[in-house]
Amino acid sequence: MASPVAVATQGGLGRAWDVVWRARRLVERNVLVYRHQWIVILSGVAEPIFYLIGIGMGLGGLVRTVGLPDGRSISYTAYVAPALLATAAMNGAVFETIFNVFFKLNFRKTYDGILATPMGISEIAIGEMLWALMRASLYAVSMLVLMTALGLILSPWALLTLPVTLFVAATFSATGLAGTAFLRTVQDFDIPMGLIVMPMFLFSGTFFPISAYPIPIQVFMQATPLFHSISLIRGLTTGLMGLEQVWDFAYLVGFFSLAMVIAMRRMERKLIK
Amino acid sequence: MSGAPGDALVRARKLTKRFGSFTAVDGIDFDVRPAEAFGFLGPNGAGKTSTMRMIACASPVTDGDLAVIGMNPASQAREIKARLGVVPQVDNLDTELTVRENLEMYARYFDIPGSVARSRADELLEFVQLAERAKDQVEPLSGGMKRRLTIARALINEPQLVILDEPTTGLDPQARHLLWDRLYRLKQRGATLIITTHYMDEAEQLCDRLVVMDKARIVAEGSPLELIERYATREVLELRFGDVKRASLDGQLQGLAERVEELPDRTLVYTDDGEAALDEVHRRNIPVQSALVRRASLEDVFLSLTGRSLVE
Repeated sequence: MASPVAVATQGGLGRAWDVVWRARRLVERNVLVYRHQWIVILSGVAEPIFYLIGIGMGLGGLVRTVGLPDGRSISYTAYVAPALLATAAMNGAVFETIFNVFFKLNFRKTYDGILATPMGISEIAIGEMLWALMRASLYAVSMLVLMTALGLILSPWALLTLPVTLFVAATFSATGLAGTAFLRTVQDFDIPMGLIVMPMFLFSGTFFPISAYPIPIQVFMQATPLFHSISLIRGLTTGLMGLEQVWDFAYLVGFFSLAMVIAMRRMERKLIK
Repeated sequence: MSGAPGDALVRARKLTKRFGSFTAVDGIDFDVRPAEAFGFLGPNGAGKTSTMRMIACASPVTDGDLAVIGMNPASQAREIKARLGVVPQVDNLDTELTVRENLEMYARYFDIPGSVARSRADELLEFVQLAERAKDQVEPLSGGMKRRLTIARALINEPQLVILDEPTTGLDPQARHLLWDRLYRLKQRGATLIITTHYMDEAEQLCDRLVVMDKARIVAEGSPLELIERYATREVLELRFGDVKRASLDGQLQGLAERVEELPDRTLVYTDDGEAALDEVHRRNIPVQSALVRRASLEDVFLSLTGRSLVE
């Protein structure tokens, strides 16, 4: 005899899976739309590669090696590449869930039409996240292939890089979705892009260890998700795994859950009146 | 679940919708029977759209009871929506897809298999006369074409009940007549339609039965003919007086008809014999600029119920 609690949990999981399964329709819709616009997606693949060449090799010529806390020295390119991988996952997810969802939500009224079908708000939110995740994973895989080819993968831990990068992308798509429902006008985009995404990209230990910055900035950056994403992914590709990376992961799980709750609530308030 | 034939397809009792302290729908009762075209007639802000949105499971019921196809919108929205077709007041077609893709993608949301979706899309594009535009983007279509595509989209799941919120608002007369013709054919096929409108002619053309809404309440219910018989006379004499001060006419129209309604631009004389009333006006030497005798319409019903005209 299964306990009522177990049955309830199973029912809940079953329902959750149903939602995810139905959400694939939204992914199909986005694939249909992007069939005509693959170039847009491909530009996202190129971006981290340009950064890797432009900054990794350029600055790498000056810096050459970076000392890790465990005493090893690694090439600057190997130091910066995992950070660019994490950033690519963030950008893929955030651009999709902020820009595209904003327009569908506020101008195109796409979701109002979809909500008149058996699809619900959860299906729409999860569908958009799945799609953002697929887009981000394309960026992540291409970046990983390049890193492998250039010999920038230094540890067998790197086998976990793909799933972890996908989780990072999931965290940022939930965050983007939560944020986009707060935006009112097109001008509002400058706020998340200019004041959140851009500084995170610069200060999260992407190009330099954060110890290079004053203490207040260090403390502040350690509260942001990109910092932990970079620290975790860099740990995997360089083999620098420790308690810190466990904390990074725990932080991301917490951040993801919080973002999911806010995203669902905001979407509901925006669409159900 | 859907009950015996003859049972109401939509049943509302004390149905209420509030937004904060504003009451959009104030405890209304109505029944929509299978295979009828049921209308909600009323001015903007009367509560028609809020009622529609509650039926379509797009807006939660604040108070009262609502059953749609025998089900509860609060707990069975998915099942209800699977059997509804919704034509919203403002088109929300997927502007990133082509005409045809709009239909086929919509079918997927209903889990309709691809081959079925394709043949239904063909049929529906024929039905709404958009077959030639199948591969076109949605944005450049005219208002009438977008409306027709929205209607086709609402029919993709072969719905038991089609909800149309102001289907012809903003369209030119030609586009309206084409749309009415399509809706009429839909009715002939046995579909149940719920239509909101603030156009009298639309309600008279399409609705078997309707309720008149004003200020969140239902003020009358019946077939267009019944309502006209109950709340108006057979004919109406419309008089315009031009510059003449109407105050000076005080009393002059007395005894002319059972009811006289003063509007800002004209005076309506309700009578069963318009020509006789006009003769009487001439006999009394009342200085009329122009006069018109016409049949009474739902416009007159609304005026007599609320003292205001529908479209201001």
